[in-house]
Amino acid sequence: MKMTKLPDQRGHFGLYGGRFAPETLMPALTELEKQYEACKEDQRFQKHLKGYLKDFAGRPTALYYAGRLTKKLGGAKIYLKREDLCHTGAHKINNTIGQALLTQRMGKRRVIAETGAGQHGVAVATVAAAFGLECEVYMGTEDMERQSLNVYRMRLMGAKVTPVDSGSRTLKDAISEAMRDWTTNVRTTHYILGSVLGPHPFPVMIRDFQSVIGTETRRQIQKAEGRLPDCLVACVGGGSNAMGLFYPFLSDRSVEMIGVEAGGHGIESGKHAARFAEGSVGVLHGTMTYLLQDDDGQIRLTHSVSAGLDYAAVGPEHSYYYDRGRIHFTHAKDDEAMSAFDLLSRVEGIMPALESAHAVAHVVKLAPRMKRSRVIIVNLSGRGDKDVMQVAKIRGVKL
Amino acid sequence: MNRIDQTFQRLRAKKEKALIPYIMAGDPYLERTEELVVAMEQAGADIIELGVPFSDPIADGPVIQRAGLRALKWKTALKDVLRLAADIRKKSEIPLVLMTYYNPVLKFGVEKLFKEAEACGVDGLIIPDLPPEEGQTVLDRSRRTGLDWILLAAPTTPSGRLRFLSGQTQGFLYYVSLTGITGASLSDYSDVKNRLSAVRRMTDKQVAVGFGVSTPDQAATLAGMADGVIVGSAIVRLIEQHMEDPDLPAVVAEFVKQLKRAVTGGRARRPSKPIAAHS
Repeated sequence: MKMTKLPDQRGHFGLYGGRFAPETLMPALTELEKQYEACKEDQRFQKHLKGYLKDFAGRPTALYYAGRLTKKLGGAKIYLKREDLCHTGAHKINNTIGQALLTQRMGKRRVIAETGAGQHGVAVATVAAAFGLECEVYMGTEDMERQSLNVYRMRLMGAKVTPVDSGSRTLKDAISEAMRDWTTNVRTTHYILGSVLGPHPFPVMIRDFQSVIGTETRRQIQKAEGRLPDCLVACVGGGSNAMGLFYPFLSDRSVEMIGVEAGGHGIESGKHAARFAEGSVGVLHGTMTYLLQDDDGQIRLTHSVSAGLDYAAVGPEHSYYYDRGRIHFTHAKDDEAMSAFDLLSRVEGIMPALESAHAVAHVVKLAPRMKRSRVIIVNLSGRGDKDVMQVAKIRGVKL
Repeated sequence: MNRIDQTFQRLRAKKEKALIPYIMAGDPYLERTEELVVAMEQAGADIIELGVPFSDPIADGPVIQRAGLRALKWKTALKDVLRLAADIRKKSEIPLVLMTYYNPVLKFGVEKLFKEAEACGVDGLIIPDLPPEEGQTVLDRSRRTGLDWILLAAPTTPSGRLRFLSGQTQGFLYYVSLTGITGASLSDYSDVKNRLSAVRRMTDKQVAVGFGVSTPDQAATLAGMADGVIVGSAIVRLIEQHMEDPDLPAVVAEFVKQLKRAVTGGRARRPSKPIAAHS
């Protein structure tokens, strides 16, 4: 399977992707694309990026053999890619460092962002502080409640957090509001989108910034096992941690890839965010992709216990590889993710973000069915500290 | 020649400018929308822009967002707005332009939409999140039917692209007066004026200007620079404020009358102070 030519010149992954943006933003997107292409060849930019990833974000992150989890599940060997060890606690910083450097290069002084779980917002607030940029983060009021700790973290770093009270009051509405801000302030502001979503060049650019995850993993597993893994597992909201891990393995046919979506209360309940289970092709927030919509083309409300997976659309590149059968998608329900959260905390002493717990939940089903000689790598995209309050609340524990 | 072209031709002959009010179909409910269209036509509206609600309208400010939510409460959909258009067409020849986002269009089916919209007497289509590069099927259909695909241009649009957009657009070019979303407040008229004269040097097509026009004074000023003026949020806000009023169509008609008078005056008057959109 040849993967290197994607996306095409206009940002299409086959049928998916593209640039469905208001005319006001078109020049900014062209400019961003130009700058991004130029920085790929710019040695100085690449050196800066590498330096910040190493000394600021703390890369490379470890690939950790989860021995006790492996033993407990009694099947394939399980490795965890420890993105939870990144500065700010999730893989999101890989992308925000790259885009902050681009912002500087474009001579813009203000950045805006959307956030769901707050991890991307925190990562943007962090680089804004580190690079001396003005920062405003849009966040749905429902998510602000679920992730109040992250709201305060952003404010502590000097970011303005603006509540979004429209629609479902979650990530979808935060993106809409950020796009409106960008449309208004595009001359001075860069929009640091947080996942492999949105109009071209965001999906390809963010994939590239995140592919450091897979590049490191490839080297690390070769060293640890002397071979490639049999299976990669990652949770998929927009899909940036998954794309980052999968991308450098796409042409290795022996490596199976599984994206885990939010099953919420179960597909039959209608309360979930499993786009590949019940979605169809449409256009949302600038890109053509699988999304959850009704018969009139209105975007459906989604549900997940994890704010970071609670979104109606998925990155266009995932849609492309779904159609081609290269990436398989499944889902884990809220309660399965909660159990996986407990399991990993108790067995390995690693508390995963509720998003990443969805990936772990699938491994719990998958590993026992695989031979002991097989190797699974799970992307532990973030740490669970931010979710402690919510987990306690769900369990009725007063802190 | 379709109804949009005929309207502009008629206005040109009278040296008049077009007043193009926008309302959200289904706000406060569909039967009311029909009454509002009729009332606005009688008050002097030249072309009617009908919003079709979408759950995630990224180019719209709070006023039109709220109108969309009200219309969605009734599950107002493209098929309902087409039926509404057909009903209006039974009693009026006023050009009707639908404005919606790409996803409802895609879900409905581009081919089916063009077929049915033309049969219902719709004259044009505005899709703010569909640039021509992504809209080949829409472009093909619009060229083969009497239905215009009206494109937008913005203050950020560079001149090369402006030439491209004015070349591709049908009916008229929708010029966005400000860098922002609908219902924002316009303050820099000299900037708009410079840009509009650049646009008009570039194209023979009709140019209508919209976004940020909320008062008759502003409409008058902009009418001096373009062939038509689009007023959306200000009317939608009026509908919101008088939703329960049995005389709603009359209230809206009175405002449209003022706007039309201002636009017909056509002189480039500068308003004493820019009036911000309240939201």
